[in-house]
Parts: sequence; structure tokens; C-alpha cells
Amino acid sequence: MADGAVVIDKAGLDALIAVLTGRGRTVVGPTVRDGAIVLAKISGGDELPYGWGVELEAGTYRLRAREDGAAFAHSAGPQSWKTFLHPPRERQWSADRGADGELTVTEDRTPPPSYAFLGVRPCDLRAIAIQDRVLTGGRHVDPAYRGRRERAFLVAVECTEPGATCFCVSMGTGPAVGPGYDLALTEVLDAEGHRFLVRSGSAEGESVLAELPRRPADETTRTAARERVAEAAERMGRSMPLVDLQVLMRETLTAERWDDVAARCLTCGNCTMVCPTCFCTSVEDVTDLSGDHAERWRHWESCFDRDFSHLQAGPVRDSSHSRYRQWATHKLGTWFDQFGSSGCVGCGRCIVWCPVGIDITEEAHALNRERGGADGEGTP
Amino acid sequence: MTVPVPYRVTEREAETADTATIVLEPVQVALQPFAPGQFAMVYAFGVGDIPLSVCAIDGHRLTHTVRAVGAVSGALHALRPGKTVGVRGPFGTGWELPAAAGLDLLVVAGGIGLAPLRPVVRQALAAPERYGRLNVLIGAREPRDLLYTEEVRGWPAALTTVDRPDSQWQGEVGVVTTLLDRATFDPPSTAAFICGPEPMIRATAGELAHHGVDPERIRVSLERNMHCATGHCGHCQLGPLLLCRDGPVVSWTRARPLLMVREL
Repeated sequence: MADGAVVIDKAGLDALIAVLTGRGRTVVGPTVRDGAIVLAKISGGDELPYGWGVELEAGTYRLRAREDGAAFAHSAGPQSWKTFLHPPRERQWSADRGADGELTVTEDRTPPPSYAFLGVRPCDLRAIAIQDRVLTGGRHVDPAYRGRRERAFLVAVECTEPGATCFCVSMGTGPAVGPGYDLALTEVLDAEGHRFLVRSGSAEGESVLAELPRRPADETTRTAARERVAEAAERMGRSMPLVDLQVLMRETLTAERWDDVAARCLTCGNCTMVCPTCFCTSVEDVTDLSGDHAERWRHWESCFDRDFSHLQAGPVRDSSHSRYRQWATHKLGTWFDQFGSSGCVGCGRCIVWCPVGIDITEEAHALNRERGGADGEGTP
Repeated sequence: MTVPVPYRVTEREAETADTATIVLEPVQVALQPFAPGQFAMVYAFGVGDIPLSVCAIDGHRLTHTVRAVGAVSGALHALRPGKTVGVRGPFGTGWELPAAAGLDLLVVAGGIGLAPLRPVVRQALAAPERYGRLNVLIGAREPRDLLYTEEVRGWPAALTTVDRPDSQWQGEVGVVTTLLDRATFDPPSTAAFICGPEPMIRATAGELAHHGVDPERIRVSLERNMHCATGHCGHCQLGPLLLCRDGPVVSWTRARPLLMVREL
């Protein structure tokens, strides 16, 4: 086939990290730290989580050793790439007051880092595209986000090992990779060895690929890669009801189910912090001791915080009922109205990291039942 | 524009005990022109910025009426001529009065909700031949909360009511919807512009729609906690709407189903 796909081995992966680093990029990838697979700066292939998988359930995350030595056979961890592209805390501008009281405002123009993300899951690749639309797709563009995003090199890895909390098939985001990558890897382990099928999705991807030790993709590897991804699609641990979720959310705003989930929800906001698309922020103004230098900082915020909807008369959304409903209906419904797509990619992080194990798929099924629909009724 | 542009306070007039109107002029660079109903984010040095609608537009001069209720509004209220603030904008949708050409006009304001509506009244009074009959209905909690009293006295069709009269009050008493009976308008050919506390908006718009005013021609201005005004922070969501972008002025057709859900 003439699609230019190649096969690299573990040494090729090492070379990939070296080439990207050599091009001045900060390579960020999965690595084992503090009992989890986190995303962090890596300087060599030996830092990848070879031989580690994860066990996921609602409210549960555990590492487990894998005998096959796979590098990417783990599903989403506690972080997502928004940590790097849309950082938790960022200075936006500074203001100085001169002796005459005049105001000078200086935009923060720190040169953006040049990242290479290694191991972007298809669900997370879609999440990046969704944040792109929110932060750069409208009338106003977030310049700092755009700077980091334009310089980022994305190495996607197709998902061959979904977790028990995954539902990317329901959301149409995986396990096969969609558009937007520079390189896409599929990890294959069989009698013929541990290797990666690599496809390029951009000119820079092509040129990086040309520097790696590689061989043209053979049919055995292609078939194995295709089969592993197809099998992954059959092993989703969760699924959404097969209905139009936007309509379901719109039609169940006054459902009793919100009271049920509110009785369990701690409004801690964990789901919003781990969600790869949640983008909400608050701003904070600080001054130094002179009183003449002020800074505007922006930090991640959660719609579960009472102050999030603060107005003079009090918060618009006071009850936990209304705050959980805001989050879920935004993710699955009103995101379409606001930004033209779903705000959920089916990565399952909100289920895993919820301290009480609230499961957004279970809530959607319950809302659908309360509305009077049978599970699986209709088409998405 | 993502960073505030310096504007200087050139005038300040106290309106009520806690409310003042400030006039701002660009120090050097001016922002794009504002339309009635749109808002600016006005930054008090080191304290923060808040959305303030424009209550008069005169070239590059921006006029805002601010009520001291929090840290930022308190700091802006305390400003005196000569001080500098930062301004971002214009943001959001406007009243779009010209679209109501040929129709009877009904301007209904509750409390400080009169501020964003003042340019609509001025625009309508400046071109009476373009519109039908103009009605301005103003409600306030107490007589001492009334804004722009001198100017309002000069408006030919203004009716005012207060919830809690004092001993000198000679006018109407009651919520602003009680004035609707005294307004002169033909519901099927009327455009309404409403701003005030949410319960007042619900009551007024609901009653007008009930009397046959087309909900598409009822425009209401809604308030949410805006941080960025650029559609990126998420604070101003009202269901499907981002009010900094899709509002603050929206039609009753869009607003009604959202405002009828508790805590949406």
C-alpha cells in the first residue's frame, strides 16, 4: 500500500523521542509516578510505562503489571493534555501605575513552549480539537493557548486496551485515531515482536519519520494493528444510551434523577479537573507590596463551586442538584449549541476520579429511562 | 482585545447613595464603537474588572452607571475625575432599536436596569418619526433609588413607580408591571425592551407575551457572572447561551424556556 505507513521497534521509539528533543521540543508522555501513569516531561524511551496497565472502575484507579511489556496498553490517567495546552494557572497580563496615576498594561508574551505530546489517545486527540474550538474557534481567540497549540507536535497512539470506564465508541471518538495528529502509532505485540505501525498526518510528521530507523509496513503488522483496534472497540466497559444526548439533556432538565445524583455528589469538582475538555476558568487580580504593580491571573475553575455562578443576590446555582445538572447537561447537551460538538469524548476519567463513583453513563441511562425511553432505543 | 485599554475618568456624578455615573475617555487608543445594550469590562487597578453596560455613547466617550455592591464596583464607584481605569470591549449583543422601526416602543426598567436602556430612550426620542408611540416604564425599590431623575422628568412618556414610597412620594406605588395598563401600545405591533432583576423580567415579558406582543419582539437583558467576556471562562452560561457572546440582550423566545427552569 502506498500510504507511507512504516514499522518501528522500541529503538525506533527511543529515536523518535531523541529526534523530537533534538528539534527543540519538550517531549511529554506517559510515565509511572506516584502509583499512577501521569503525563510528564520525558527524555528517553525507558521512562515510558513499559509493562504497566491500569485497572479502572468507578472511583477506582490501580496500576497493574503487564506481562507483555506493552508501552501504551493503559487507558486515560488522572491528567490530560489540557494541563499543558491550557495550564491550571497562568498570568495573562500585568498593569503598572505610574507616578502620575497613568496605567500601562502589558500582555504576557512569554514565548510559548514547543511541545511534542507522545501517546495522545484518540479520545484525547478529539478533546484537544474540542478545546481548540472553544479557545480559538470563536470571535475572540485566546492568544496564549493558540501559541502553545500551534507549536505542539502530536503523536497519537491508537487505543488497544480500553478500560472498564471507557465509552469512546458511544461518543464516536475512538478507539481508532481520527484526524489531527502529526504521527499515529499502533502498538503491536505478537510472535513477530514488539513494534509500532506508524502513519504520518502532516509534513512535519513525515520529516520526523524520515529520521527514524524504520521499515515499510508489512501486511502482517497492518492486519494485526487493525485487529487490535477493532477488538478494543468490542471491549468498551461503558456505553451511553443510543439516543440523541443533546435532546435527552434538553428534555430532562426537571427530572427527578437530578435529586438522586445530588444526594451522592460531593460537588468536589474532581470530574471537571480531570475532564480533558472542561475549560472553565476564573480570573484573579493581585498587586505587589508597592501597590503600583498588578497582575491578572487565570486559573481553572469548576462549575461545581458555589461561587462559579455568583451574582449579587447569591449564586444562580446553589443546590448540588443544579450544579451537577449544569455540568452534565453542558458536557452532553448545550456544548453542541455553544461550540457545535459534544463536550464529552468518552474517556471515562470523570467516572474513575469521582470519589463516590458517580458514572455519567449511568446517569444518562437513568434520565433516558425516566423520560420513558427504553435503553438502546433510537439512533444516536 | 484581551488586555484593558487605559481610559480616564473625566466626569462623575452621584446618582443615588450607592450609585454614580462616570464618563470615560480614552487616554490614547479608543476601543471600537459600542452599541446600546452592549457592555464593557471595566478594570479598577489591582482589584478586578466587571461588566458594565453603556448608558450613553458619545463618540469615543463611554458612560457607565455603577452601583457599589462588591469590591470592583465599590472601587469604580469611588473613582474621581482624573483617575485611570482599563476598559475592554465592546462585548455582546445590543438592543437593536432600529429593527423596531414603525412599531410602538415599550421600554421597561427595574432599578439599575434603566442604565442600559437609557440610550434606547434617547435614540427613540431623537428620531420620533421612525417609531410609533414611546412608553417608558420605570420601577425602583424606593424613591431614593431612582436614576437620572432630572433627565427622566424631561421624557414625555415616562411613568414611574416604587415598591416602598417615602412620605414625600406622590407617584405610583407597586411593581413595574402595574404600569402596563397605563401604557399606550398596540400589542401586535409593539417592540419591548426590558432590563431589571430576573423576577421583574419574567413577570413583565410574560405579561406582554400574554397580551399579544410577539415574543421575538420582546428583548430582555440578562445578567450572569462574567469573568472573561470573550466566551472562554464559562461563567456566563445560561443553558445553551454564553451571555457574553449570545447576550446580554436576547429575545424572550430564547430566554423564556431557560428562565423558567429553576437554578439553570
